[in-house]
Amino acid sequence: MGAKITEFECATIRLDSKQYHYCSGNWTIGGIDRLDLYLKSIEWPSGPLNLDCSRISAIDTTGALFLLNLVTELRRRNSTFVCLIGLRSEYHTLLEFVEERCRVSGSPKRTPTSSGLLEKFGRKIIFHLNSCLAFLTFVGKITSALSFLMLHPKQFRWSELLSNIETAGVYALPMIAMLSFMMGVVIAYQGGQQLYIYGANIFIVELISLTMLRELAPLITAISVAGRTGSAYTAQIGTMHVTEEVDALCTIGIPPIDLLVLPKLLALTVSLPLLTVFADAISVFGGMVMAKILLSVNFSDFLERLPKVVTLTSFLLGLEKALVFAVIISLVGCYQGFQVRGGADSVGRQTTLSVVQSIFLVVAADALFSVIVGGAGL
Amino acid sequence: MSVPVDPTRPFIISVNNLHTGFGEISVHEKLDLNIQKGKVVALIGGSGSGKTTLLRTIIMLVQPVAGSIRLFGQEIVGISDTDAFNLRRRFGMLFQHGALFSSLTVRENIVLPLREHTLLSSHQIIEIADLKIALAGLPADVGDKWPRELSGGMLKRAALARALALDPKLLFLDEPTAGLDPVSAGAFDELIIQLKESLGLTVVMVTHDLDTLWQVTDMVAFLAERRVICYAPIQELVKIEHPLVQDYFKGPRGRGLTAENRPRAE
Repeated sequence: MGAKITEFECATIRLDSKQYHYCSGNWTIGGIDRLDLYLKSIEWPSGPLNLDCSRISAIDTTGALFLLNLVTELRRRNSTFVCLIGLRSEYHTLLEFVEERCRVSGSPKRTPTSSGLLEKFGRKIIFHLNSCLAFLTFVGKITSALSFLMLHPKQFRWSELLSNIETAGVYALPMIAMLSFMMGVVIAYQGGQQLYIYGANIFIVELISLTMLRELAPLITAISVAGRTGSAYTAQIGTMHVTEEVDALCTIGIPPIDLLVLPKLLALTVSLPLLTVFADAISVFGGMVMAKILLSVNFSDFLERLPKVVTLTSFLLGLEKALVFAVIISLVGCYQGFQVRGGADSVGRQTTLSVVQSIFLVVAADALFSVIVGGAGL
Repeated sequence: MSVPVDPTRPFIISVNNLHTGFGEISVHEKLDLNIQKGKVVALIGGSGSGKTTLLRTIIMLVQPVAGSIRLFGQEIVGISDTDAFNLRRRFGMLFQHGALFSSLTVRENIVLPLREHTLLSSHQIIEIADLKIALAGLPADVGDKWPRELSGGMLKRAALARALALDPKLLFLDEPTAGLDPVSAGAFDELIIQLKESLGLTVVMVTHDLDTLWQVTDMVAFLAERRVICYAPIQELVKIEHPLVQDYFKGPRGRGLTAENRPRAE
């Protein structure tokens, strides 16, 4: 086998007398990569042509295709007679087989793939309008399923809800604890240095508690839950769609929304506010630790001042935000899951979209909250 | 009727004393199998008899515990990465569910191995890919379609086109006709015979399809008790007085398919 490789001869075409061209070597997929160079160097005569194929040592379907293409091209260019001579009978059979198959299959229509800028722009707009419409339809379906559930609460799948709360809420606790503790530390450190300059150390309590409770804790929790749980929702529903499990649910008589969406939606609306309260506590604790180290504000001083500066409104505002974020994340996650079409690549694409869209919408909703709350003077 | 073992034909695959297993479970013990060039060989046996595992071991997806497998005369147990890379371009594999990449069109699926293993220009590669689509008996416009847009039979053909991309001399098929309607399955059998005869392929397949066994195969290896218990042409295999072989063919589905009423179609 090794000797054969060293003797390996590439496919060639050479000229040995004016009318006589001969092909030699391995007309196989491994041997034809330099054939183009030989073809370019040959000046084909205009008269009838003989191609001597007796020196071809091996041929496969690729070689056969190249030989056939060459003959067609010569015939077209010179509009003369091209004759293959000395071709072994088994090679001839192969050539005929390839020719016949190509004829039956026809030539592929090359449709122009590139389109004008205006067309692309138009298509994009129509695509996005359709997506908006589809999303609204999805929200409508969920609303009707929810209202049905309110009339028939016994039909709700409580075990699904609890297991979803466990995965989306309980298992997320360590990550949220880590993140919010560090967030508290960082804010206290950055703000504390400025306060120290003015000797206003005790105001670290306001800084930490208000930023965390009103803004950062709900936002950080929502963003990490969007990455952790929203993506999982999309991937799960999407894969179930690919493997026809969603269709199986319909056939059994379980509306997919009842089993796959409502428990997730309700589980997240329960767990995200709870996670936010948890994040509130841990981040304030992180700030307290930093305040003690950096600004010598004792825990007792900190805790004494805390209820005086934090109003119930600030705390509830954070929770309201979390509630809205939960609805956004679970709706977008589930919706994108149902948008999966085809296979593995589509699951990946929709999961990415789900995370990007839910984070974007969460931040946009947060901005909207600030405007509304600012307007109301809370 | 029988296809005699031609002593002049070399073995393209020879498996000797093969042991495979997953953890505690042993799948094959002392398994021997020699496959001659140019033959169509089927691996059959009950569920869990290790047909697919044997196929996957031969194509280097599963590591054997012990034994020797020679592919094109080269030992693949303990083979180096470079040798394995070179060997892989010499055989094609059709997976049971096609395993076409869903993010690529049919043509791009076929182009992928060509780009990976050859130095041809992209124009040439596309031409070759279109040829393979034609060889697999598909109309040319299938090339631009996505795998999800194809029917079961077309998906199998498209996967076969990818398996044929590098003009392999050896083709592995995992349940090629499973899930196809009788007409598509028959056409697929026909295609395999045609390819074998025109391209001189050696074909190794796992199948449960009794029609395929009768129409296409030269030899059948019956796997049971963790080894190949018999290796013979199907006409002889059905007559072997082994209880497991008899159970396999004497079930209500196998009974109608005896040598008398199912002559080889050729």
